[in-house]
Amino acid sequence: MNRKIYKLQPIPSSEITPEHIYFSRRDFMKGIGMLSAGALLAACAPGVNPDEEVAIPPEFQTVPGLADESSDPANTYEQITTYNNYYEFTTDKGGVASLAENYQPRSSESATNWTVEVGGLAHKPQTFSLEDLLKQFTQEERIYRLRCVEGWSMVIPWTGFSLAALINAVEPMGNAKYVRFETVFDPEQMPGQKSRMFPWPYQEGLRMDEAMHDLALLVTGLYGRELPAQNGMPLRLAVPWKYGFKSIKNIIKIELVKEEPGTLWSDIAPNEYGFYANVNPDVDHPRWSQASERRIGEGGRRPTLLFNGYAEEVADLYKDMDLSVHY
Amino acid sequence: MQKQFHILGGRYTWLQIITHVSAWLPAVYLVVAYLSDNLTVNPIQELTKRSGYFALILLVLSLACTPANTLFGWRFALKIRRPLGLYAFLYAFGHFLTFAGLDYGFDLELLPEAILEKPFILIGATALLILIALAVTSFQWWMKRLGKNWKRLHKLIYLAAPLVVLHFAWSQKGNLLRLQGDILQPLAFGLLVGVLLLLRIPAIRRQVSGLRHSAKQPRPDIQEKKQSWRAGKSRAQP
Repeated sequence: MNRKIYKLQPIPSSEITPEHIYFSRRDFMKGIGMLSAGALLAACAPGVNPDEEVAIPPEFQTVPGLADESSDPANTYEQITTYNNYYEFTTDKGGVASLAENYQPRSSESATNWTVEVGGLAHKPQTFSLEDLLKQFTQEERIYRLRCVEGWSMVIPWTGFSLAALINAVEPMGNAKYVRFETVFDPEQMPGQKSRMFPWPYQEGLRMDEAMHDLALLVTGLYGRELPAQNGMPLRLAVPWKYGFKSIKNIIKIELVKEEPGTLWSDIAPNEYGFYANVNPDVDHPRWSQASERRIGEGGRRPTLLFNGYAEEVADLYKDMDLSVHY
Repeated sequence: MQKQFHILGGRYTWLQIITHVSAWLPAVYLVVAYLSDNLTVNPIQELTKRSGYFALILLVLSLACTPANTLFGWRFALKIRRPLGLYAFLYAFGHFLTFAGLDYGFDLELLPEAILEKPFILIGATALLILIALAVTSFQWWMKRLGKNWKRLHKLIYLAAPLVVLHFAWSQKGNLLRLQGDILQPLAFGLLVGVLLLLRIPAIRRQVSGLRHSAKQPRPDIQEKKQSWRAGKSRAQP
């Protein structure tokens, strides 16, 4: 595995949640962190219950050595879990976490538990529970950059498994050319889905060769822990060379199909959001430049990289395509 | 006559005091939240967003003053029209400084591209230029100096307001033509500004105030003349 480009550490499922790695400094930091951060928070945000703040341990903010392959440090757990584009809950990025606090995963409003249906043009369509997925597929830890189409980015330590492995498990038919993903529709728990301005449920898609690419990850965890609801619990996609909206959250259906599937954002604004949505500093969003971005936690801006810095891995997928036409 | 208060050599009514204090509150809140790191984990984008939002609200309020007087006879609204417009400009300028300074660090390579190549920012920049011109000439000295042209110049606000709404709409992820996406707020502001501008068209204004007067007053014409005379007398933007 090419460790230069992204970190890949296959870990047996029995060892997921390596608290000794991420949280070894917990007890030490707890005292200090609670004193300083707690006192500050209490002073600045009178509405915040200090007990709730304990849920985000301060040691998340410094995990030495946790960085992507270009040595950019991973964003903190707090940053990753308090700033989310998840319109199923709300369009307010800072407001998703609290709305998703009590979210209970289930496949629909009438379902009692969560499963993901994997089928379509497959010889062995199957339905998986989260336990099935964790048991059946090798869980890996990968530190990926995420570049939002809005012009900000993060470095995120995901835990997950290869999308290709899942697709192979259902044995695709020869005429399966695309993969279609669908998010749960559960307006009872997801207030944003009550809005009629969006063609719910969220759907996304990949071309088969993109889906089979080694970088395409199905995510089940964050920082070695269970994936938080606001980040797409229980199962989400991470395709790091594409804009964040391609990395669909809370997937309950994966379908192998013949035709290019519709995607929520390209259905809403086809001239602004294409099917491919590859990160590309030279192809602007019609309304704003994509040449630069702000890494969350940094003050200035940094140049955006072609394919979000994964060009060496994925450029071949698009070698005969005009990327300004297939944006 | 409303009760007036003497503050710093000037005389102010309750409404003026409330206007000034509440116009500063969002700025204080934004600065405190920014400095105490309570403005999400992407504070610069949030500061840009919210300062622009407050500028839009203040602009709409300032546009509402004239109709409030001509239609409802709320003369006190005219007293806060200019400060509201100036505060709208201040927030818009803070919005610009956040974008160009905090966000882009006044980077002369990135900024021209970001501003000029995309209609979204270009429209905002145009509106800001108008607001700057109006803010600079909003003082008595300029009114006298420009004479009739002052009113003509300040009619540019009728152009700036729709531009600001468009700029706001384009900052959201949505599609106005298909009525899909994050567009409810832009639509609401667009509607509001549209109504406030329509109410300035003489025929419509007469219609609407006629409705009001026929319900209350037997002699609408005299009442209206009196009001427009009063409105003209108080130093004012259009």
